[in-house]
Amino acid sequence: MSRTPLDTVEHAAATPDVELPWAELGLKKDEYERVVEILGRRPTGAELAMYSVMWSEHCSYKSSKVHLRQFGEKAPQSDALLVGIGENAGVVDVGQGYAVTFKVESHNHPSYVEPYQGAATGVGGIVRDIIAMGARPVAVVDPLRFGAADHPDTKRVLPGVVAGIGGYGNCLGLPNIGGEVVFDACYQGNPLVNAGAIGVMRHEDIHLAKASGAGNKVILYGARTGGDGIGGASILASETFDDAKPSKRPAVQVGDPFQEKLLIECTLEAFKEKLVVGIQDLGAAGLSCATSELASNGSGGMRVTLDDVPLRDSTLSPEEILMSESQERMCAVVEPEKVDRFLEICEKWDVIATVIGEVTDGDRLEIFWHGGKIVDVDPRTVAHDGPVYERPYARPSWQDELQADDANKLPRPTTSDELKQQVLKLVSSPNQASKKWITSQYDHFVQGNTVLAQPEDSGMIRIDEKTGLGVAIATDGNGRYAKLDPYTGAQLALSEAYRNVATTGAKPLAVSDCLNFGSPEDPAVMWQFAEAIRGLADACQQLGTPVTGGNVSLYNQTGEVAIHPTPVVAVLGVIDDVARRTPVAFQEEGQLLYLLGDTREEFGGSAWSQVVHDHLGGLPPKVDLERERLLAEILISASRDGMIDSAHDLSDGGLIQAVVESALLGGKGARLIVPDGLDAFTFLFSESAGRAVVAVPRSEEVRFNDMCGARGLPVTRIGVVDGDTVELQGEFELTLDELRTAHEGTVPGLFA
Amino acid sequence: MTARIGVVTFPGSLDDRDTQRAIRLAGAEPVALWHKDRDLHQVDAVVLPGGFSYGDYLRAGAISRFSPVMETVIEQAKAGLPVLGICNGFQILTEAHLLPGGMLGNDHLHFICRDQKLRVENTSSAWTVDYSAGQEIHIPLKNMDGRYVADEYTLDKLEAEGRVAFRYVDFNPNGSLRDIAGITNEAGNVVGLMPHPEHAVEPLIGSGRTDGLPFFTSILKKLVNA
Repeated sequence: MSRTPLDTVEHAAATPDVELPWAELGLKKDEYERVVEILGRRPTGAELAMYSVMWSEHCSYKSSKVHLRQFGEKAPQSDALLVGIGENAGVVDVGQGYAVTFKVESHNHPSYVEPYQGAATGVGGIVRDIIAMGARPVAVVDPLRFGAADHPDTKRVLPGVVAGIGGYGNCLGLPNIGGEVVFDACYQGNPLVNAGAIGVMRHEDIHLAKASGAGNKVILYGARTGGDGIGGASILASETFDDAKPSKRPAVQVGDPFQEKLLIECTLEAFKEKLVVGIQDLGAAGLSCATSELASNGSGGMRVTLDDVPLRDSTLSPEEILMSESQERMCAVVEPEKVDRFLEICEKWDVIATVIGEVTDGDRLEIFWHGGKIVDVDPRTVAHDGPVYERPYARPSWQDELQADDANKLPRPTTSDELKQQVLKLVSSPNQASKKWITSQYDHFVQGNTVLAQPEDSGMIRIDEKTGLGVAIATDGNGRYAKLDPYTGAQLALSEAYRNVATTGAKPLAVSDCLNFGSPEDPAVMWQFAEAIRGLADACQQLGTPVTGGNVSLYNQTGEVAIHPTPVVAVLGVIDDVARRTPVAFQEEGQLLYLLGDTREEFGGSAWSQVVHDHLGGLPPKVDLERERLLAEILISASRDGMIDSAHDLSDGGLIQAVVESALLGGKGARLIVPDGLDAFTFLFSESAGRAVVAVPRSEEVRFNDMCGARGLPVTRIGVVDGDTVELQGEFELTLDELRTAHEGTVPGLFA
Repeated sequence: MTARIGVVTFPGSLDDRDTQRAIRLAGAEPVALWHKDRDLHQVDAVVLPGGFSYGDYLRAGAISRFSPVMETVIEQAKAGLPVLGICNGFQILTEAHLLPGGMLGNDHLHFICRDQKLRVENTSSAWTVDYSAGQEIHIPLKNMDGRYVADEYTLDKLEAEGRVAFRYVDFNPNGSLRDIAGITNEAGNVVGLMPHPEHAVEPLIGSGRTDGLPFFTSILKKLVNA
């Protein structure tokens, strides 16, 4: 970009014919023409930098916007929603004057290029979104998807991602309480590294990203601005990987968790003293995003002097400063008389803070450099009026064939021994095996409020020591189901997360999502995307759980091959007293095991079909949202009234997977009996939705059965907690030691 | 009047609030201390909490050891002030030469978080009188640099003087020499350990046990009886 002479607004107006590298910055020709039309002249280099990052797919949601609208249009009436879609994160009322903010985001592309830093900065980014709402972060979760477990590149990506999440999150002092780890060859070149965080605040402490009040100062604080992550948003996140292009390593940011920890403490202290009018974190698109969003959400304009931005590298150009994605930075709007106190708090925490501009009366965002005006735009055109695409979409030609390839017709085990071997094979398969080797690299004790953490069905955090009020979060997503039917797959993801929250005794309240898909320029992918959103929005409406925000990650594909459509859904729930929570582990021998819900022959997309037959075809399990709601009510009531001592949701791997996990965690076995009307194979491996298995103390048997009967939930007695084996009567018996070796040996065997 | 126990917050301390809670649950009064402040505000004992002070970017504890508050802590610890260092706090105590030896990276090179079984081997220190000798307890452990090392002479001396306060049982999580999880100084007023007793003080939370509470009741008993 030309810097001699400085490319000021004046210079741009006088030199209309200068060619700008809009294509290199990721803009399409018509998008560039639109910028020229908005400005009535060619943009300056700095303006082009801003538009190009803010109009990238990652920041503008230009391909997804038209579909995402459904989350608002179909949003159920909910008293719980305090702040909805559009802010840094949604905010939910959890009672007793507390509000909880939570969100899931993707850091997929950077994590493939540089696993450690990509994953680490993913945690950093989502946590800054949470503090930007005014909340103290209290927990993180990490839904992860990798290529085939035995692929050599997975050995590069997984350990780096896990160490990056741990290295960053542990150093911030945030307990890691949930998430998933899934392996599938479809993610080989596009691992999905999603990161979620929860924060807690009092209702009156909610902060928003807006700059109001002429004369108020704009303060940039946190790390100095460097050359890392320049164009990360536009170049990395919005283009498909291709072997022919040069390495993109320099576009990945480097994280400094210590700096972020200081940023958290100093931000919370400034909030406490009510020093902040508006606040925004600097993530994708850095200062371009923070200044344009703050200004366009506020009532006035903004003037910024870029020379005042503290730099790590004094040779950076103004365009680079605007695009830099250096981590651990925030931007606050502060009234003039409170600036000194704000700066004092920053100094206390050794955080660099600089006034870089102020809110103005007008409606323009003006940025100066070396005395010249290099940006003069309507901030709305940068932040909100990006292009909107109605991308063509079409049901792929192969969808019918895929669905016709019925998994229910696959050969099933014919002998008891074969059944037993398949159980062992299932529980030791990478997807179904224990992830303890991974989760033990995350701190789940810090802050001293962790009630439940993985491998429990949902993570649970106490938020009030006196009353025992707590929140639970679960994240789920099954790309195999979604590939077979994206509409149903998205609903199954929601159903599972909703069920997981209820299984631990918490009432599901709200949803955040991270929608991971291939290229929107492929009509088949766009159809998957549109279907998944329609499914999720319909289901949220029916379950009464509004979507509060989330993230879309597109272009997850290598060459022509897209990942499975993978909507990851996070459900947040509330529990009045965490002492009532229900764990997964069997607690006491002699307790009765009940299966709740209906079991059908449903094997499409199942773990069994993958592990035993390496097969993906047919239809995913049926969704019955009213049943999910009823099941959740029963699980919550049973937990509250002390009728169950352990519960586990049934999902991938079916009943046997759940029973084995409960047995191993509790160190107590189970004797199972195949109920009437089912065969042993279907009983063990079916993945019918809307089910859970619970352990009921004998003293509660009548009460529990009466409750299920009265509310019309099918309940079947299937056995008893007993001994040190898992036994299916008349079929097989496996010792806990055998099962433990199989279940816990796989992941360390692959990655340790 | 109950005892006042200070908890120092360094930049990057993580378990300072948890430690204050544990002190409160034990019946003492927690007092927040700040790393830039030399004044200990008349506390009766000090805890250096866990965390990643200064990010552990240099050797763990190496920078915090030079903070203003540590000048007073070192001086008063030598005069008998009870001091407990947990995890990063233990690392700071070795860097400050209040305890011998030092910590290296875990032998398996990963961060490790687990509920760890320990044996209590010293029940005469200021922080361990409420345990019984040989008692086996479960305390959460979480660290990157937890491998305790010292030269043979020092290790022999620690053993001979009964200053190995805690030893890992069944599983050595980080390669610590002689399974050492925690030690005391000669006088018994300074104790350091890698596991986190402040995470084992409530039946519902964390490990679900209260095996860590005696650390805080021990010191309270000692101070109140003194």
